[in-house]
Amino acid sequence: MSNDARTDDDVYLGLQQSEEFAELRTRFRRFVFPLTALFLAWYFLYVLLSTYAPGFMGHKVLGNVNVGLVLGLGQFVSTFVITMLYARWADREFDPRAAALHARVEEAHR
Amino acid sequence: MRVPTLVPAATDVGSPTLNITIFGVFVLITLAIVVRASTNNRTAADFYAGGRAFTGRQNGIAISGDYLSAASFLGIAGAIALNGYDGFLYSIGFLVAWLVALLLVAELLRNAGKYTMADVLSFRLRQRPVRMAAAISTLAVCFFYLLAQMAGAGGLVALLLGVEDKAGQSLVIGVVGVIMIAYVLIGGMKGTTWVQIIKAVLLILGAGVMTVWVLGKFGLNLSHLLGDAVQKSGGKPVLDPGLQYGKSGATKLDFISLSLALVLGTAGLPHVLMRFYTVPSSREARRSVVWAIWLIGIFYLFTLVLGYGAASLVGPKAIAAAPGKANSAAPLLAFELGGEVLLGLISAVAFATILAVVAGLTITASASLSHDIYNSVIKEGRASAEDEVRVARMTAVVIGILAILGGILANGQNIAFLVALAFAIAASANLPTILYSLFWKRFNTRGALWSIYGGLVTAVTLIVFSPVVSGKPKIEGKSASMLQNADFHWFPLDNPGIISIPVGFLLGWLGTVTSKEYNAAKFAEMEVRALTGHGAEKAVSH
Repeated sequence: MSNDARTDDDVYLGLQQSEEFAELRTRFRRFVFPLTALFLAWYFLYVLLSTYAPGFMGHKVLGNVNVGLVLGLGQFVSTFVITMLYARWADREFDPRAAALHARVEEAHR
Repeated sequence: MRVPTLVPAATDVGSPTLNITIFGVFVLITLAIVVRASTNNRTAADFYAGGRAFTGRQNGIAISGDYLSAASFLGIAGAIALNGYDGFLYSIGFLVAWLVALLLVAELLRNAGKYTMADVLSFRLRQRPVRMAAAISTLAVCFFYLLAQMAGAGGLVALLLGVEDKAGQSLVIGVVGVIMIAYVLIGGMKGTTWVQIIKAVLLILGAGVMTVWVLGKFGLNLSHLLGDAVQKSGGKPVLDPGLQYGKSGATKLDFISLSLALVLGTAGLPHVLMRFYTVPSSREARRSVVWAIWLIGIFYLFTLVLGYGAASLVGPKAIAAAPGKANSAAPLLAFELGGEVLLGLISAVAFATILAVVAGLTITASASLSHDIYNSVIKEGRASAEDEVRVARMTAVVIGILAILGGILANGQNIAFLVALAFAIAASANLPTILYSLFWKRFNTRGALWSIYGGLVTAVTLIVFSPVVSGKPKIEGKSASMLQNADFHWFPLDNPGIISIPVGFLLGWLGTVTSKEYNAAKFAEMEVRALTGHGAEKAVSH
């Protein structure tokens, strides 16, 4: 349970206020917040275009494939790309740093 | 059936005996697997979280099995077949929503929590009131989602097994409910997860085969398929947006409201969040979501082809005339392509879908009742793990019985509305508190309570006074209100999201800034734990 009194509050507070932890948090937020803003903006742009610009979306691009379908499939592509970008960043950049800090807490508890 | 003789009603196509046999085989195989998986079901972590021993890939497949409900398989394919592009819009919202879960919620939640959504929400706030609130909104979301699935079972029965009378349909809903209770009681989260994995594999494979088959009929040329779909729809602009939502200013606003609820609702669905506790680490939680996004995305691409394929090969007239209307598009397409056998397989998969989703919802609701309400609120955290699991099993039976009764009563109701309501509540009552808890230092108990109760009450109130409940007469091709002989609606939209989601966020902020409570030590513990994984729950080793 979250309330288990197995840890020392000071250790957590000390770590939370340490420079390394602040850097980890900043790195995480600097990566995920802009990406979240980006995909939400792109999604709502698509929703608004579908709702208020049906003429533009109905424009034929290739055979019977129109702008709306291309942009819709673009939402799939962007979702897959963001997923892979994040997973790669988290595996390579974030995890090692988080693990190092984790090891430091374990040590502090010993 | 009052359908033209040239148009086969779904009950005339396929063989109910074959459908039931294939479904029976599925139930037997999964039950055997559930029994096998249950031999290690001893601790609370086993029952609620499958011992946290699933891999990211297994959990990702199970998540897609949980998420791709009958509403999204039959519903989206049917919506595309009848309304074209506007049906496609649904699937995009359902998919993009997973990025919220991936980037902001899954890993932090896995590290900070234990069994339920409330674990995270109440971590650094006052336990009892926040747990109670989180449990109530968990139960509300599960209740509406369950009702939708069980009501859908009734419609499916009519369509696939040729059971037309209400008594017969009620009997089948009862059988589905009893099998589901057995899965949950015997297998706990482990058994439920395996059922979801098997179902997801069958569903995605089945849809994939049908997709290739349809494309093959058009020389693997998507443009030909689209052109033929337009032609068979009588020249209706099924490739352009607006057929369903473009009629007036209100319907357009309604669509934006729905889009908001879809994209923000997923990361607040308690039965999805609970799945993140079945893996051993935050890294595996990340793997789970990556797998889920790929599988769900590919599946929705399949439904695009299946929807237009049904419009082209079966025809919108035949679909609209079949019992089950839009929901019958995919089964009718299966019959058109592969005859009785493919229809039987797809029908069995559709049933399995309902079974798996209902089992996942039941275990989530029973975990919330026993872990959050019984142990934390009533027993103040002093109940033993055995007691908790015993209560969870009992509540699972009660919830199962309620789901059967509710499903019988809701049989024939508008499924899409029930699912949209569940998403709107999840986005308005759950997501603001989840995000504030994880990212806003100053957040406190009053903010959480105002946000959860405020979002919940706003969403439910707006729905009650919306056209989905009263005031929309029965017109061919449109969804009618639940109550036909009354009109007390004053809210113009079907979906409350555009109002209730901002209200949830706003109340969370307002409650927080008007209260001075702040627990620095617990916030430090939660933040360190969420980001570094220190102190996070570990896998059970047997």
